[in-house]
Amino acid sequence: MTTKFTPDHEYIRVDGETGIVGITDYAQEQLGDIVFVELPAIGKVLNKGDEAAVVESVKAASEIYAPVSGEVVEVNSLLTSEPGMLNTDAENGGWIFKVRIADASEIETLLDDAGYADLTK
Amino acid sequence: MAQASSADLKQTPLYDRHVTAGGRIVPFGGYALPVQYPTGIMAEHKWTREQAGLFDVSHMGPSFLVLTNPSGDAEADHAAIAAIIEPLICGDIAGLKPGQMRYTLLLNQSGGAIDDLMVGRSPTTPGSLLIVVNAGTKDNDFALIAAAAGDKAQLHRADDGGLLALQGPEAVNVMASLVPEAAELGFMHYGTYEWNGVRVTISRSGYTGEDGFELLVPGHMAVALWDELLADPRVQPIGLGARDSLRLEAGLPLYGHDLDETVSPIEANLGFAVSKRRRDAADFPGASRILAERDGQLSRKRVALIVEGAPAREGAEILDAEGKIIGVVTSGGFAPSLGKAIALGFVPPALATPGTALQVSVRGRAQPAAAVDAPFVPHRYFRKPA
Repeated sequence: MTTKFTPDHEYIRVDGETGIVGITDYAQEQLGDIVFVELPAIGKVLNKGDEAAVVESVKAASEIYAPVSGEVVEVNSLLTSEPGMLNTDAENGGWIFKVRIADASEIETLLDDAGYADLTK
Repeated sequence: MAQASSADLKQTPLYDRHVTAGGRIVPFGGYALPVQYPTGIMAEHKWTREQAGLFDVSHMGPSFLVLTNPSGDAEADHAAIAAIIEPLICGDIAGLKPGQMRYTLLLNQSGGAIDDLMVGRSPTTPGSLLIVVNAGTKDNDFALIAAAAGDKAQLHRADDGGLLALQGPEAVNVMASLVPEAAELGFMHYGTYEWNGVRVTISRSGYTGEDGFELLVPGHMAVALWDELLADPRVQPIGLGARDSLRLEAGLPLYGHDLDETVSPIEANLGFAVSKRRRDAADFPGASRILAERDGQLSRKRVALIVEGAPAREGAEILDAEGKIIGVVTSGGFAPSLGKAIALGFVPPALATPGTALQVSVRGRAQPAAAVDAPFVPHRYFRKPA
């Protein structure tokens, strides 16, 4: 499994043909207390860069964009009742949705660990 | 997550303290101020509701309007200074007792709010008023007040000082150990006290719905006062984020959002701020509109909403039960004390009645909302027994 990142602070953990998408620990830290998550519909087909979900803190709403193109195959419905999971466990239990990756070559355009670490320095 | 350039922002005397404490600094009303500290808005909000929160509100506009040639007759001097400010506002200032203050509105000729403000009668100096206005409007407000004063009174701006708000159920106990006499103040009263060799103006007021105090100190002593208050384990520093969620839960309007030059006090549900004596005399700006609105000729009214689902923020449309657009949210967000989304906005008066089923449009989707009585969280102001 490899994990890649977008400059907008989403991660995608690639496992074969699917990827688990969420926001990075850095992003949740910046957003502050998360109080509401709007999940994508299962079956929704996203193009890379499409708005996929919305994460709301006390202060503001932030769009979450699809890191790659593909179909939403699963969502983390736990976030509906426990949006705070995004603060406590953004990169594991606080994942947002799973996508069936349409074009594996898009993965290569994303940032690796070192690239993302540079961005958030 | 872009941050505006901080180059043009003014700093309050407490700026370095905010940075040292890990405050996340944002531009606000032309000042660099902390939106939150490391514990976050939710924890800061709850701390204020349970203990005592300390806020830097030095960006606001405290000032003193002082009669140029007092006669020495306390009542005559108060009447004279009240007569200078009253033509600009809808509140009864002549009727204030020494040390009493009042929430009121600065109005334009059509009865719209130029600002909301506090006006207090000096507890000690006849012919002197304490006037505290909002940060974003203060230059305009002060120009209007100074013009009205002419050579009859002088306006002394105190906005280079430190203004601290201590809010929450433990605030009175903290104050009892800092300036014990100030802990005896009644709600909406103020006094001037000595602390560490300087004069501090302390009022029992605030904008969180909690009991609390606002303390005005000379700028060079602001850090010392901040540090002394924070040395008390019941006190934590609180940023602008929680200040906003607290005032929203308290159902209090925010200038520039729920109030602007088009909104009258009646529309804003601030009828209490139009004092009876002034109503009877109809001698305030926009009186004909405001009195007609009070008699029921009102096209819109501020409503308090509980929203199901995602928070409805400023600008979100308010819909009736059938989905017709009837108004707009002027401030909204998540209420940490309630665990729900809440909002303020304007709708036709008939639809502002508590219990009315409405909807809000968030990202193009209609969500259920209900008009409710404000405040969302009961006020806990300290009322002295009569």
